[in-house]
Amino acid sequence: MSILINKDTKVIVQGITGKAAAFHTKQMLAYGTKIVAGVTPGKAGQTVENVPVFNTVRDAVKATGATASVIYVPAKFAADSIMEGIEAELDLVVCITEHIPVQDMVKVRRYMEGKKTRLIGPNCPGVLTTDESKLGIIPGNIQKRGHVGLVSRSGTLTYEAAFQLMNAGIGITTAVGIGGDPVKGTDFIDVLKLFKEDDDTKAVLMIGEIGGNAEEDAALWIKENMKKPVAAFIAGRQAPPGKRMGHAGAIISGGKGTAADKIKALNAANILVADTVAGIGETVVTTLKNAGIYEECHTC
Amino acid sequence: MNIHEHQSKEILRSYGVNVPKGKAAFSVEEAVKVAEEMTDSAVKVVKAQIHAGGRGKAGGVKLAKSVEEVKTYAAELLGKVLKTHQTGPEGKEVHRLLIEEGSKIKKEYYLSFVIDRMTARTVMMASTEGGVEIEKVAAETPEKILKEYIDPAVGLLPFQATRMAYALELPAPAIRKASSLMLKLYDAFVGKDCSLAEINPLVVTEDDDVVALDAKLNFDDSALFRHPDIAAMRDETEEDPKELEAAKENLNYVNLGGDVACMVNGAGLAMATVDILKHYGGDPANFLDVGGDSDPKKIAAAFKIMLEGGQSKGIFVNIFGGINKCDQVAEGIVEAAKIISEDGKSIPVPVVVRLEGTNVERGREILKNTPIKNVIMAETMEGGAREIVRLVNEAKA
Repeated sequence: MSILINKDTKVIVQGITGKAAAFHTKQMLAYGTKIVAGVTPGKAGQTVENVPVFNTVRDAVKATGATASVIYVPAKFAADSIMEGIEAELDLVVCITEHIPVQDMVKVRRYMEGKKTRLIGPNCPGVLTTDESKLGIIPGNIQKRGHVGLVSRSGTLTYEAAFQLMNAGIGITTAVGIGGDPVKGTDFIDVLKLFKEDDDTKAVLMIGEIGGNAEEDAALWIKENMKKPVAAFIAGRQAPPGKRMGHAGAIISGGKGTAADKIKALNAANILVADTVAGIGETVVTTLKNAGIYEECHTC
Repeated sequence: MNIHEHQSKEILRSYGVNVPKGKAAFSVEEAVKVAEEMTDSAVKVVKAQIHAGGRGKAGGVKLAKSVEEVKTYAAELLGKVLKTHQTGPEGKEVHRLLIEEGSKIKKEYYLSFVIDRMTARTVMMASTEGGVEIEKVAAETPEKILKEYIDPAVGLLPFQATRMAYALELPAPAIRKASSLMLKLYDAFVGKDCSLAEINPLVVTEDDDVVALDAKLNFDDSALFRHPDIAAMRDETEEDPKELEAAKENLNYVNLGGDVACMVNGAGLAMATVDILKHYGGDPANFLDVGGDSDPKKIAAAFKIMLEGGQSKGIFVNIFGGINKCDQVAEGIVEAAKIISEDGKSIPVPVVVRLEGTNVERGREILKNTPIKNVIMAETMEGGAREIVRLVNEAKA
């Protein structure tokens, strides 16, 4: 079991003929992802890594029965591509693209209302279900199969954490990068709900950062709804107010969104928060031991 | 991106928002000329233009009763360093002024538009507590901040604006004027891809006119491609020179003022690296995300920026190689060192490198065998952070 994707998920790559998309299509195929189609308007009939290209998402769905897509389209056009995926009634759309205008994402979120599609991202590394499938740019060689679910706002911190867990012998069910933008498709609580329902996931590692209050909301939700143990890390303790720290969403504004507030909320929900990025693996191990499930989760 | 008040007001004027008559002045002579042209109002306001709030309290806003007084105040303010709660202790030098007609204020209000993350909606916020720090109002009396959430499919609806005007208990003759101003401000917010549009204070004058007395617009950097007019308003003198240079090199850099620099791939890891340096007693010099790039020219540019002005006494390179392999990053570092050092093999400060991930062994090998002095390999991130802090503290002692 896992969440969002598995070895049978049929995937479309939107923007497949771009350089980065073609590179990652190869990587995803090598990992085992069932990529059945690509979409680039005007390029129907071509192939990329032997994957047939279509003009529209609807054409690709009709021909292949795909249920998910991953988007590598430039920022100017990415919001439109997301909405095309939603309109074609895909179950899942994962958008890797960074720098989509926020007001475009406001429109996307409005367009999603009442529709079935789940959007992950934008500005995210994607989703990886260990040894089964990956949509996005997460490297395939840094996580092993296991029972910890991973959800993060940051790409490299996802890799760093997965790697530390692997070295500690802790495996992962699914890693989900929800992205660093202020307005996005899926937030912590959405992913926590999925992990809660997944039998194979015994514990969760949540990686947040400054900006907004999604971590605080998640902490409250966990306290009230989640029995599975959760460990956490928050980046940006030293971030000055009013400065955007790389990610569009990583900014302390009006005194809100500080790391201190987030850590306080998490601690209040009995969640252990790693003191430094180097201690993420260790914090997860301690959390698993405290919950009495370390042996069960020590899978690699 | 931020712009000056006078620029914000020009934009708002083009959307029909009622702002006081006024014009920017870059010299005392210009200020006098602008004041002379303003014959409708005896009182003129001389406002220092810097990218920071709290100018009034810091003495950056002056009321002049004559053109002669405008001249005096302009001379006083131009070149002055203003220190407000938003500038930091070093303050900001005033290079331009806004000369405006005075308004007869009856009452001050607050009005703004921002995007709410959780609902993914633009929200209009207003308060009867105008002219003060809104953060303070939000913290102390949150019930005094009124909100209207806007459906992007239809935009701000007239009834919402009217409802807000009534909720603010504006005088009857000002209701329509206020709701009309709100609708136009929303148009500007959406039309120019703002991340913030803030009028503080919005005033009702003695003759029940509604005027945006101050105006602050911030813009979404990701949308500047469709607003070349806004991009052209950038005032580079308002920005940190190192941050400006970094932006030109496509580097995500924030100057934090300390002396332990770091270069990292990925924004999250870069933030976490700043945190771990501080955790071990260092004084972080910067946040720097070089992205997924191992291009030697980009890495060289990053090194140059960190070293400029002798700010950094040591550099911690923290790389997790995923798709971008460690050996490529290592080669990038070696090539960059050759570019920035005269003899091709020395960097003026110690550089501790932590590499992890794909092809890490090859990467470490490349750095071990390099002729570049001063490059130290760290076995772990924790060890590397401790080592660079120790080296910098040693250099300072």
